Amino acid sequence: MFQVRIHGRGGQGVVTGAEMLSIAAFFEGRHAQAFPSFGSERTGAPVVAFCRIADQEIRLREPILDPDCLIVQDATLFKVIDVFAGLRGDGYLLVNTNKTFAELHIGEAANRLPKRHAVIVPATEFALKHVGRPVPNAALLGAFAALTQFVHIDSVKRAIEEAFPGKIGAANIAAATEAYAFVQTQQLAATAA
Amino acid sequence: MLKQIEGSHAMAEAIALCRPEVVCAYPITPQTHIVEGLGELVKNGSLVDCEYINVESEFAALSVAIGASAAGARAYTATASQGLLFMMEAVYNASGLGLPIVMTLGNRAIGAPINIWNDHSDAMSVRDSGWLQLFAETNQEAVDLHIQAFKIAEELSMPVMVCVDGFILTHAMERIDVPDQATVDAYLPPYDPVQVLDPAAPISIGAMVGPDAFTEVRFLAHYKQTQALGLIPEFAREFAEKFGREAGGLLRCYRTEDADVVVVAMGSVCGTIKDTIDEMRDDDIRIGLVTIVSFRPFPVDALRASLAAAKDVVVVEKSIAVGMGGQLADNVGSALRNLPRPPRLHSAVAGLGGRPITRASLHHLFRQAVVQPWEGTHFLDLNDRVVGREIHRKRKSRRSGPTAENILRQLAIASGLPAAE
Repeated sequence: MFQVRIHGRGGQGVVTGAEMLSIAAFFEGRHAQAFPSFGSERTGAPVVAFCRIADQEIRLREPILDPDCLIVQDATLFKVIDVFAGLRGDGYLLVNTNKTFAELHIGEAANRLPKRHAVIVPATEFALKHVGRPVPNAALLGAFAALTQFVHIDSVKRAIEEAFPGKIGAANIAAATEAYAFVQTQQLAATAA
Repeated sequence: MLKQIEGSHAMAEAIALCRPEVVCAYPITPQTHIVEGLGELVKNGSLVDCEYINVESEFAALSVAIGASAAGARAYTATASQGLLFMMEAVYNASGLGLPIVMTLGNRAIGAPINIWNDHSDAMSVRDSGWLQLFAETNQEAVDLHIQAFKIAEELSMPVMVCVDGFILTHAMERIDVPDQATVDAYLPPYDPVQVLDPAAPISIGAMVGPDAFTEVRFLAHYKQTQALGLIPEFAREFAEKFGREAGGLLRCYRTEDADVVVVAMGSVCGTIKDTIDEMRDDDIRIGLVTIVSFRPFPVDALRASLAAAKDVVVVEKSIAVGMGGQLADNVGSALRNLPRPPRLHSAVAGLGGRPITRASLHHLFRQAVVQPWEGTHFLDLNDRVVGREIHRKRKSRRSGPTAENILRQLAIASGLPAAE
């Protein structure tokens, strides 16, 4: 079982992000379970959503306490809550930012992970460029596909299309595609270095 | 058809496949997505010959369903928590009149203190109201139970409540097989009421009944529920034949054959319990689970048979009868009463107001039941420190303030974050 925890703020499409990831996994014939953790349902409040992916039926209903991957949609959360709680030693970290891990003061935590398991991606920038709104969720799923290779980018695109048919979907797919390419380029550069 | 779909939307699709003729809709978290989904299906023409009524309250929702059902329509509504309390008088009327309404309960805690998250307090508050109460373990079962519920309700002429864990199921998106119309039609015939308000053949429903007949009316309501003990498994078997998967029934056993310890629980927590049991089985602990599907009628005989060979029974439930203990544990206790060598009964209350029930806590609980059993009701993951301080505060000062606010302030101080407004 692969477990993803998405951290963000109300209004950033955190729950929809987890749902789209589950749809992408479903398209690949897997079992997937996406669910929100409802705290205060306010714009701007810290929000967490979860996605489990497995090859068998998923029976577990506890929140994800030991994620294989963290997707952080809002880098200001590192100061507010313990985002890293329970992250597995061999886990992945994906942060939406245009800063470095050092600038975010999480360099140590990122360095503890295996090589090429922690990446940054300016997903909000990609969203603003393609969608015209600061909703980084779809772009981050494109980045997730490149980082973990756990779902194919084509499945991510199909999932985005299913969640947002038409023009908005196409714009989000463009953001996801650019984020995918951005992370892939980073990973290739890191491999070569 | 297999879909990756939110539980509430899958339930809405399943309910629409049952061809309800009246849907009474009033929003309350966490049930709202179900009636919203039905509204969409009516509006886009997928659900035809259905009057979708936006009512002004929960009391109206069930009252309109009662009127519709008495007039011969297949009627549906949904609610949760305080909404159920607000319709309470109508809840008793629906069952007292023997009207086969199906209602989804998106299980949620009852205030005060106000809490929107999941537990079973709402279902327990109407456990003696005469409705049948079926608990879904998964979203697939939630879909399947609604289809069975209409059939059971209409065969018995009694209302059925399908209890679905709020958020944990209603808001989870997962793989669900939503059946097709032909399969549902083959299983669920059109509603053929046993009593109907028909101007062509006038009758009255809802007479005043005095001491001369009230006991007999109540006896017959109880008798109907005992009949349901046979009907529920029969309709579950027929469902399995027609749909090709198991769902419903009175109860289900998981790895209980040789089990010394048997856990009894209802609803979505059974999934987490099964994973815990598998891990404990790997450590050679002989443990199993009985999932209660039908809480009303309570399957006393089937449960007694399932628990007869166990040494320890651990009941895990998301509700507390304050001043008494867990209602499910109490009911399980009456099923064990007449066994020659009854197992030890351990009662645990867990998951109140949405507190997560984790494998780690369950591991500890199940081991503790055997090696260091507790007296009375155990509150899983209780914060003893917070409770102790509040008891101390109340002893010290008469005007000690509101408990909930005092505890929130304590937690805020402990976390170092500013207190919530």
